[in-house]
Amino acid sequence: MSSPQHALALVPGVLGRRRVPRHPHLHGAELAWAVAFVVPYATVIAAFAVYPIAYAVWLGGNPALYAELFSDPAYPVAMANTAFFAGFGANTMMFAALLLSGFFTRRQRWVKPLLAVCLLPWALPAIPAFVSFHWMLIGEYGFLNSALWQLFGIDGPQWFNQGWLSLGCDIIAYVWKWLPFWTLILVGGRMAIPQELYEAADIDGAGVVRRFLHITVPLLGNLYLICTALAAIWIAGDFTAVELVSNGAPARASDVLATLSEHYAFDSGRPALGVAAALSALPVLIPLVIVLMRRIEARAVQL
Amino acid sequence: MTAVAAARRRAAARRRWRRWPVALGSALLGLALLCWSLLPVYNMLLIALDPDEGDVEFAGAIWPDEPSLNSFRAVLAQDHWYLEDFWRQFGNSFYIGLLTMALTVAVASLASFAVGRMRLAKARLLTNTALLVYAVPAALLAIPFVRLCQRYGLADNVWAVVAAEVTFAIPFAVLVLQQYGTIIPLEFDEAARIDGASPFQVYWHVYLPLMAPALAAVGTYALLLAWGEYVYQYLLLSSPRNWTVAVAIEQFFDADEAPWNYMMALAIVYALPPIATFYALRRYMTAGLTMGGIKG
Repeated sequence: MSSPQHALALVPGVLGRRRVPRHPHLHGAELAWAVAFVVPYATVIAAFAVYPIAYAVWLGGNPALYAELFSDPAYPVAMANTAFFAGFGANTMMFAALLLSGFFTRRQRWVKPLLAVCLLPWALPAIPAFVSFHWMLIGEYGFLNSALWQLFGIDGPQWFNQGWLSLGCDIIAYVWKWLPFWTLILVGGRMAIPQELYEAADIDGAGVVRRFLHITVPLLGNLYLICTALAAIWIAGDFTAVELVSNGAPARASDVLATLSEHYAFDSGRPALGVAAALSALPVLIPLVIVLMRRIEARAVQL
Repeated sequence: MTAVAAARRRAAARRRWRRWPVALGSALLGLALLCWSLLPVYNMLLIALDPDEGDVEFAGAIWPDEPSLNSFRAVLAQDHWYLEDFWRQFGNSFYIGLLTMALTVAVASLASFAVGRMRLAKARLLTNTALLVYAVPAALLAIPFVRLCQRYGLADNVWAVVAAEVTFAIPFAVLVLQQYGTIIPLEFDEAARIDGASPFQVYWHVYLPLMAPALAAVGTYALLLAWGEYVYQYLLLSSPRNWTVAVAIEQFFDADEAPWNYMMALAIVYALPPIATFYALRRYMTAGLTMGGIKG
């Protein structure tokens, strides 16, 4: 649900042109037709999104569940991991995307073909990508450790033997998969900045750093913040990266809330507990969504 | 005269001197990016091309000593008990993808017509708030969704998966169609109405043909989404004959010793259709994104 594939969904709408609609009132047959056209859509959303979510809230409504949740030692670990995964992961990814977007707007001939190759992680479905990461990092015989040994004589660490190390691997795999996507969005944002501004600054003797600080940062700042908040929300709900790369190893020490709640619901047969674990992230997620909405509105006003 | 020319030459030389570290740096960064993007893909190939049982070790050679296409042959010929139902699962992935595509295009185009062209006032609120679905954590929807499907006898049913994929695809689809619709003049609709066309005829004979490019983009998006999605397919489909390729890849992890070269070959075969689609339609896939940025 919160897979970044859906970023496609939000960004154009969020940043798109707003049209003030006229409201000619529809009457009689017209109105009936229009309502009939919307009914399939409303039915799908109501039956397959609103109803399950309401059911989830009802399932997770029992306070006893939360007492049980907090007494499980795996839960605080998963909560800290989720916070780190979302906070650190989103910021690292977006900062790298910001720098790379500058690189990809350079006007060299080889930049465009390079961009095409760099989009490959985005084009690749998530499962093959994360499965490949899993095999690259596993044990002492994985690709990375054997390459380190063969090329430099270094004995690499056991990547999945420590919680923070395997969580780091999950973050790297996630960033690998989604960095091209965010880079592309910021490339779009940079292309929108009029080139004359940079030329004028250049004539006035501003160097690379000052042009970045005084032109790029103010004009790209809002888009950057929106994207970072979105990325954090999506990472917080992500299931696939942790499930396939580290699979919670060792002993659920690199679990995040999404994998832990799936584990409660389907491995231990406790769906209500699983929903409670997912719901417990909402006190952080909802303010983030509100901030995001405000930012988006602020942006619309600027337009 | 010569002094000026010499000074100019010297300035140009100085500028060139100042530039070469930048050029070198960007070339190095480009090389690093190339390695970063291709390494996991290369790792997949390395394992898939290994002749025996998928040795994941890197022996120091850039290319395996005895590359073998045997694992790809095994996948395509269903020559292992893990791969028994490969073609059926491949068909399931396509079936789910195509159904998701058709339903998404149908439902979303109807809704966007009512909201964008007929200006059904309150419905805009509906289509915009549906986007909030994307902010809900995956587990919060997956767990109740699967529970409800089990209760209504939809467990292990392809249609339950299609319902989930359509739900994720349509809010975005409606948004894109609405945006694209704003560049088509409303006068076309009005002219057709004056000639006596019913709203459905306007939708069928005017709106759909004019929206064809956007419908194609939205359909492709839905197809790729359904092909690559994994959580719901994994949770909902339990019998091997109903599995999709995505679930079939996951089952290799259930055993400690599985033929990993077959799994990687399967993963590569599974990745090829979406990659081909992506690069063929790259212009359209990225247009939506960059459009968003440019409007800023």
